[in-house]
Amino acid sequence: MSARILIRGMVLLIGAVWVAGACASPRIERWETPNGARVLFVHAPEIPMLDVRLVFDAGSARDGDKPGVTSFTNSLLEQGAGEWNAYQVAERLEGVGAQLEVGSLRDMAWVAVRTLTEPQALTTAQDTLSAVVAEPRFDPEDLSRERQAILAGLTEDEQSPGSVGRKQLYRLVFGDHPYASDPSGNRESVEAITREDIIKTHERLYVANNAVVAIVGDVSRSEAEAIADQVTRGLPAGQTPPPLPEVASLDKPVERRIAFPSTQSHLYMGQPGMKRGDPDYFPLYVGNHILGGSGLVSILSEEVREKRGLSYSVYSYFLPMRQNGIFQLGLQTKNDQAQQALQVVRETLQRFIDEGPDEQELVAAKQNITGGFPMRIASNSDIVQYLAVIGFYDLPLDYLDTFVDRVRAVTREQIRDAFRRRLDPGHMVFVQVGQITELASSDESLAGK
Amino acid sequence: MRNLLIGLILIGVIHPLYAGVVEHRLDNGMKVIVKQDKRAPIAVSQVWYKVGSSYEYGGITGISHVLEHMMFKGTEQRAPGEFSRIIAANGGEENAFTGQDYTAYYQTLASDRLEVAFELESDRMRNLRLLEDEFVKEVAVVMEERRMRTEDKPQALAYELFQSGAYQTSPYRQPIIGWMADLENLQAEDLRVWYRKWYAPNNATLVVVGDVDPQQVIELAERHFGALRAESIAFNNPTLEPPQRGVKRFTLKTPARQPYMIMGYKAPALTTDVSGWEPYALEMLTYILDGGSSARLASELIRGQELAVSLDTSYNAFSRLPGMLVFDAVPRPGVELGQIETAIREQLDRFKNELVKPDELERVRNQIVAAKVFQRDSVFYQAMLIGRLETVGLDWHLADEYVEHLKAVTAEQIREVARKYLVEDNLTVTVLEPLPMDGTIASQGAAEGGRHVR
Repeated sequence: MSARILIRGMVLLIGAVWVAGACASPRIERWETPNGARVLFVHAPEIPMLDVRLVFDAGSARDGDKPGVTSFTNSLLEQGAGEWNAYQVAERLEGVGAQLEVGSLRDMAWVAVRTLTEPQALTTAQDTLSAVVAEPRFDPEDLSRERQAILAGLTEDEQSPGSVGRKQLYRLVFGDHPYASDPSGNRESVEAITREDIIKTHERLYVANNAVVAIVGDVSRSEAEAIADQVTRGLPAGQTPPPLPEVASLDKPVERRIAFPSTQSHLYMGQPGMKRGDPDYFPLYVGNHILGGSGLVSILSEEVREKRGLSYSVYSYFLPMRQNGIFQLGLQTKNDQAQQALQVVRETLQRFIDEGPDEQELVAAKQNITGGFPMRIASNSDIVQYLAVIGFYDLPLDYLDTFVDRVRAVTREQIRDAFRRRLDPGHMVFVQVGQITELASSDESLAGK
Repeated sequence: MRNLLIGLILIGVIHPLYAGVVEHRLDNGMKVIVKQDKRAPIAVSQVWYKVGSSYEYGGITGISHVLEHMMFKGTEQRAPGEFSRIIAANGGEENAFTGQDYTAYYQTLASDRLEVAFELESDRMRNLRLLEDEFVKEVAVVMEERRMRTEDKPQALAYELFQSGAYQTSPYRQPIIGWMADLENLQAEDLRVWYRKWYAPNNATLVVVGDVDPQQVIELAERHFGALRAESIAFNNPTLEPPQRGVKRFTLKTPARQPYMIMGYKAPALTTDVSGWEPYALEMLTYILDGGSSARLASELIRGQELAVSLDTSYNAFSRLPGMLVFDAVPRPGVELGQIETAIREQLDRFKNELVKPDELERVRNQIVAAKVFQRDSVFYQAMLIGRLETVGLDWHLADEYVEHLKAVTAEQIREVARKYLVEDNLTVTVLEPLPMDGTIASQGAAEGGRHVR
């Protein structure tokens, strides 16, 4: 359904969910279940509700030679488990007002439930969650229906210039690395995935040693321990999958232009960026906040939108992942302005890499990040996602407590140095999707495939 | 029986969400509503104006939304963009949104910074400059927004056609973002007139939710907004939609890959309802059909008959003017849209012929009660509900009471609204027929298209 409300600007919060600082951060408790799942818990007694989020290292980076198999597996979990079919799983949860969410990206796959803490609701929710992660049925009829839904999703992506562009960008930035392929896979692979593939994927990845359980809500520590044991009880201990390969740097610039029947051109630039726990994390995070991560007050927004009226949305971000995730910059503008917009963002990026931020920009960014910390952990849904990230990426438990100080300590020189080392404007991937009105002379497309 | 028991238990644990709300009206007519929520040391401040696309008329569609953008472009005292920079430097997050029935501005801040928001909001309520060169750039941004949200999204284009075709006279026929032709003709002077007409304290509601002392907030509001001059606000009468007399059908042909269908039945809203229950019965009917994966559409049409890969239902009882109960569907490959229409109409006939079962009603009641508890996790959402109710002409007390109204709906009432409103003469259907996506837009006929350039 189309949006019923128009928002003035898109605010990009990627990587900011767990920005944190000196102001009272929630007290995190951490332990392991008997079968080896890592548990992170925050006691939040104000509302009689509970969030439980199970996260597995089971994203598309684990697809192997069957693109889309982890996402397919994840989406089937709720469609029948243990003694219940898809309807019964849903009816049990919805009958007590509980909400279930499954999802997967490149690093993670998750299953999350939100329920009242009233005893019958709580018991029903945790029993169902337990079956969903450990005993999914993968009935052939559910498999066939879900396959059609995934294929329809891929078809829908083909009519979106943004989706076409993002998929192309990832393929070019990551090359042979598992991060290159889209989490949904592609038509050929999804059509070929068998029930056996799904069962094996589940057996290999949905195991306790590969799981993080994040719990936030109105339960005590001992109740949380019982809940964690209960929701993971059906999981074998299993093995963690092998480390992902490192992401190779790009050795040359790549440009790709895709003709598309749209009124706008979608422009993307990208390069491998940084990982979680990266030594350059803070300079890159704060620096990008200034460059293109702070919505309408960023430098990119100022240059592209505020000064020139070229685009509704323009942004840049580093997506820190297990291995180096993407650095991405993007905008959309009407086709005949594409070259002008591209020139503006290229010059802006180059200038930022050469000169870094000025003192005033750095001060403003630090004020925004540190002053905004309380909002980022204000709700249970914020906290549970943040616990999942800390647990999944093995970040230290005092990460929050030291965050503000580490942001404050970042200097202009550190930002300039980190950007110069980590981003190379001479080796960027550039993707344009739209009606191509002018071809740049450097475009490799002139030489055909 | 099991579900009934849960329902009874649940009632015991629910506290009114909006207990302890303080309401105050300033002398200039501005309404201030404050709800204390001390879970986190933050506060959200929202200013809601009674103006949106349903207040517009042909020739100036989209003006409310463009004005919303211009509200960040400088006042007598502050330069363009300064508003956003001040909020950012205070650690705040801010934005604004425009709907059919409202325009709203918000800031989320550490609660001790609330005054910063009041100072800035009160300034731009009366002192906006609307500079010509800023307007020219910003209306270009809005046209890019329209291209991104609508022109290049086949389903959004279909929805726009559906709305403009289903409503004969109601201003809900106009897109919130406005028609491109109107955006192209809009002048800064049009915005000055629109701003003077609607942006005044007596047409605004200030809602604050968070870790604040309500009395202090009211004093703060007096200090910053109290001196603003009221306007004589002249509400033009919206053209009421005449009764529909027969099914309407529209087809959109556009380059796309996926067929798509929208069906809508004209339906009443609470603002004009005289029955006291019909809109609530329609809400309950919507939940029975589409309130989760165990509801009828997911169970019987997505699973079961396997006709659609996605199928959504929406109905809004809290709109300023009567709207529609709307279905939209993406068919499973190989399924004709007509089969989905038939199946949906069979589902609606079922409501007319047989009463909803008690356990279905009970499931929905439990979902609604739980969802209301979950709402407390977000100060933003709580403020949003209060602001929206006030601004469409209802009363914020409904934020507390609507759950009870929904729970009181009977199976017979659901049957009655189905028989009364979900009838063929009241129906509009819009289908998207995909044209090939060979790289060109028909209307532009670009010469270099048709080629997949790599």
